[in-house]
Amino acid sequence: MGSDWLQFVAGGLTAGAIYALVALGYSIVYNASHAINFAQGEFVMVGGMAAVALVAAGLPLLLAVPLAVLAAGVVGVLVEKLALEPAQRSGRADVVTLIIITIGVALFLRGLAQVVWGKGIHALPAFSGSEPLALLGATIVPQSLWVLAGTTLAVLGLGWFFGRTLTGKAMRATAHNPLAARLMGIDTRAVMRLSFALAAALGALGGVLTAPITFTTYDVGVMLGLKGFAAAMLGGLGSFAGAVAGGLLLGLVESLGAGFVSSAYKDAIAFVVILVVLFFLPGGLVGARRSERV
Amino acid sequence: MRAAANVSERGATVAAAPPRRPGAARRGGLVALALVIVLLPLGFPNAYFYEIAILVALNAIVCVGLNLLIGYAGQISLGHAGFYGLGAYGSVVLAAQHGWPVWASMPAAVLAVGALAFVVGRPTLRLKGHYLAMATLGLGVIVSIVLTNEDRITGGPDGMAVPPLALFGRVLQGEPLWYAITGAALWLAVWLALNLVESPVGRALRALHGSEIAAETVGVDSTRWKLRVFVISALFAAAAGALTAHYAGFVTPGKASFLHSVELVIMVVFGGMASIYGAVVGAAVLTLLPQLLTALKDYEMMVFGAVLIATMIFFPRGIVPTLARLAARARRRGDAR
Repeated sequence: MGSDWLQFVAGGLTAGAIYALVALGYSIVYNASHAINFAQGEFVMVGGMAAVALVAAGLPLLLAVPLAVLAAGVVGVLVEKLALEPAQRSGRADVVTLIIITIGVALFLRGLAQVVWGKGIHALPAFSGSEPLALLGATIVPQSLWVLAGTTLAVLGLGWFFGRTLTGKAMRATAHNPLAARLMGIDTRAVMRLSFALAAALGALGGVLTAPITFTTYDVGVMLGLKGFAAAMLGGLGSFAGAVAGGLLLGLVESLGAGFVSSAYKDAIAFVVILVVLFFLPGGLVGARRSERV
Repeated sequence: MRAAANVSERGATVAAAPPRRPGAARRGGLVALALVIVLLPLGFPNAYFYEIAILVALNAIVCVGLNLLIGYAGQISLGHAGFYGLGAYGSVVLAAQHGWPVWASMPAAVLAVGALAFVVGRPTLRLKGHYLAMATLGLGVIVSIVLTNEDRITGGPDGMAVPPLALFGRVLQGEPLWYAITGAALWLAVWLALNLVESPVGRALRALHGSEIAAETVGVDSTRWKLRVFVISALFAAAAGALTAHYAGFVTPGKASFLHSVELVIMVVFGGMASIYGAVVGAAVLTLLPQLLTALKDYEMMVFGAVLIATMIFFPRGIVPTLARLAARARRRGDAR
């Protein structure tokens, strides 16, 4: 019984760490543009697929992983530059238009991946062997530890970036008040571009870390994108701490629900939880209680 | 808005005459729509064209309803495929497993979906913006997962066969007949929506869209109106879903999927928010586009995404309102000369 719990908790934290990375991406882009980037899940796919392709090309894992994350970051910048910036420059695009554009980007990336890599399932070799570790009666694949460690490092890095660096502070200022930030000499366009790069890199990191466990396909980003969105909302959109908490919580609830209630309804559990939370706390768990401006 | 309505029907020419009375423009648009629906089949060389036209009409019905919610009341929904799927499955299950005649199972299912929308709409519509998007998305995903998992009732991921629609002991079949049915249903949907929009209800909705608090201070009961429009749009979606199922003779959970919900929203935004005919145009273009793109095979999704991005960059408010604006500008220039 106790080992069951531990098993589900370990699985939940692993899945939750990925949701947290995706949710962070949503929050970063939301802070820069007030839009939901529905291509966030596709960045996860791009990361995983790129790593698989680089390894297949003969690169060592140690080089393929950072390169894949970097490549996704470049894709993120291109997306911002080619799809969102032209729309925003016209000045007539509202948030809904931007959201539809990100959906177009998601379809484009998914279609591109299908053309380049086909519809098959691809696997990345595990970072340090696939011999399961026994821990208090539960068995854990070593890759889970990589996922948790990678996510922890990414979150700490982000905390440092947003808290200590001038660029990070500029991004927070832009999130708070874009006009005032511009008046202070902050290039908000560059902030937008950097936000997409960061969001894409975080998603890709998630994709690379889980590719050895869950494998990756051209459409792996659809459900991951939705779950990450749910996690971001659960924590309160725009809040970084909330995104991490929301992701881990969602992963745990889902894993425990699948284990003890119904595995067929595993994917539905996350959405039932988010509905219940939203009905009682319309701003998410950590969301600020703001009053509407008239 | 009214200018937009005219443009969609007859190219840019009709917009030149500003309507004297609101009723005249509405009647003009409806007559034009009826003419298009009646005359269109004259150009159809084979049954395939009827099939596509039927699909366009069915999608357009959902979009006209959804546009009332998104375009007029300003409330996003990323879960309307859920209502569409429930309308389809509800009617099919009543007919196939409980022996109901289809002419009774369809309205029963549609009304049941309306009741469900009323119940879930209450807590959902208290949410705003992206939180509302999340909640409706969640509702839609849950419906789709239930339809996939409850395979004893729904046939699971493979779907199930659907009994045909019969009236007075005669099975309704054949593309031309179904074209007539769906065409009439679309015209009815547009008529209902136009009446709604140009009534005090429509003004209340637009006030809501502008500023909810301002609307409330002048006496618009925002919660009630939002809920009503939500239910109406769910009824439209459920009706189209039930019609689609009985036309196609088969139903799968894909009809209720998140992707279908997104497709519906794209049709509304693509055609033009707060434009009834825009919803029809959006549904038509985005139903036709994949048919044209099937020739591209593997490149289909990629090209579809690219077309979507380009359209939203160049027509950020949707096709019909943007064209209407261009037409109005051309007219002003003509007047000045």
